[in-house]
Amino acid sequence: MTAERRNNIATILITLVAAVVVIPIVFVIAFVIIQGMGMISWEFITSAPTNGMREGGIGPALLGTILLTLGTAIVAMPLAIGAAIYLAEYAPNNWVTRQVRLAIVNLAGIPSIVYGLFGLGMFVLFLGTGTSILAGSLTLGLMTLPVVISTAEEAILSVPPEFRTVSLSLGATKWQTIRNHVLPHATPGIITGVILGLSRAAGETAPILFTVAAFYLPELPKSIMDQTMALPYHLYVISTQVPGMPTEIQYATALVLLLVVLLLTTFATIVRTIMRRRREW
Amino acid sequence: MSVVTPRQRVLEEHRQPHQIPDEEKHSTNRKERVIEFIIKLCGVSAIFIIALIFLFLLREGLPALTQVAISDFADARWYPIEGKYGFTPLLFGTLLVTAGAVIIAVPLGLVTAIYLGEIAPTWLRDILKPLIEILAGIPSIVLGFLGWLVLAPLIQKAGAPTGLTALTGSLILGYMALPTIISIAEDALYAVPKEYRDGALAIGATRWQTIWRVVMPAAKTGTVTAIMLGIGRAIGETMAVMMVTGNAANINNFQANIFLQPVRTMTATIAAEMGEVAQGSTHYSVLFAIGIVLFLITFAVNSIAARIVGKQSRSRGSSL
Repeated sequence: MTAERRNNIATILITLVAAVVVIPIVFVIAFVIIQGMGMISWEFITSAPTNGMREGGIGPALLGTILLTLGTAIVAMPLAIGAAIYLAEYAPNNWVTRQVRLAIVNLAGIPSIVYGLFGLGMFVLFLGTGTSILAGSLTLGLMTLPVVISTAEEAILSVPPEFRTVSLSLGATKWQTIRNHVLPHATPGIITGVILGLSRAAGETAPILFTVAAFYLPELPKSIMDQTMALPYHLYVISTQVPGMPTEIQYATALVLLLVVLLLTTFATIVRTIMRRRREW
Repeated sequence: MSVVTPRQRVLEEHRQPHQIPDEEKHSTNRKERVIEFIIKLCGVSAIFIIALIFLFLLREGLPALTQVAISDFADARWYPIEGKYGFTPLLFGTLLVTAGAVIIAVPLGLVTAIYLGEIAPTWLRDILKPLIEILAGIPSIVLGFLGWLVLAPLIQKAGAPTGLTALTGSLILGYMALPTIISIAEDALYAVPKEYRDGALAIGATRWQTIWRVVMPAAKTGTVTAIMLGIGRAIGETMAVMMVTGNAANINNFQANIFLQPVRTMTATIAAEMGEVAQGSTHYSVLFAIGIVLFLITFAVNSIAARIVGKQSRSRGSSL
């Protein structure tokens, strides 16, 4: 076989494998949309499930997921942005910084179910929050940290060093420089990171299993100390724990969850694209 | 530009502080120090959080070691109601499903990365990369749901005694690990200097020869990292695996094809049983002990991967 021929065969094979990987993604999303679309209505996404969850909507679960996502943002954002500023602007190149970076890599690698155990041990039991929105948000928030830190740090580092030099040379202090001349330019990138992190948190089930998620709770939560239903856990419950569940409701629930996550991801991507276009340097 | 004599500079330096009123300068200084202190705290928080996670796992999980004899963990049965905490079936389940996922995902992921990095035209790459990011974003519970409702019946139809098998888990997990493997492997390929490719092509190598003999070897460490992080991702996955592997903690009657038997992973065991145990019971502690094992495995995998990446970037820094 000539090298030329081998090259052509290899190229075809590689292309085929890539197609095998990519085409199912489209198929999976299209499949969920087609199967679930029929049920989707305003009523479905706002009303409570009835008749042992076999009828009715997913209102409480959707609201729970929205609340948890907001809670996650409140927990993760300040800490992650602070850490990103530290790593990008202050961290000296020494042993401690290397350990911080290693810790972030490892935080990203810890299985989500282990975060769930930690949340149960620390928040629910030790700090006595009980299974509550507070405990769930704290657990999801910590889990989201590494993603947000890495993207926010990248955003801050992408601001050209000249901005800092000029500001410092005009007599601004280091913090004034960061505040007025670095962070404003890094904001869209930081927002992208936050939203990406939140999209991951919104779809997670394992960390909320023992910290917040309620099997069936048609009433809406009244405070952050209450339990709540959440979409991912609700999907788990109605697909494996409820016999005789109509598949349309299952697919519709999966579709809503998918849409929540994809909308967040798409929003993040759009912010990033606009930022890149708008960049003046 | 006028030349500044040393004397002028000294004068300048002495004059400058007095231009800002003393009080104001002090308050800016103090405010700035407080802010910088807070930022530093946030900076090192990652270390505290990971330590805290480990401490709480130990606090809840270590009692298991005093309540259950080490030899009992070696038991072939996991049957908590009878006080059987055999760890082997769970470890076996996790290793089997992860191995299957890696066998599926690594070749597919590497080849897809090669396609994206070396073959695909730019316009196509711009479509495919966001698609793969979307795959990374699909919640594992949704893939688990599809595995349960669509894939498992297909596998049963293909002749397996049940659709909920290690293979079903491996397929779903492998698919979920793909984005991780693809994106890191692609970075590794991207980091190979363009001159290597140009050099190979210039002396008459075909594109395939260039990829196979020049680009791949140069990207070796990066691909190893991709594989390791893919493994880390697969070991820790919970919900999808719990839904499609059948959750049978049994290693006594093997099927002829071990991939076609139901298994139960460590993660699924925690997720399925923690909701029903009494806090502080032996069963409760044992589930936390499984958490410790998972923590240590993923910690080791990620630390080694991080070290490989660190070495790679350092050696590159010195050679260029």
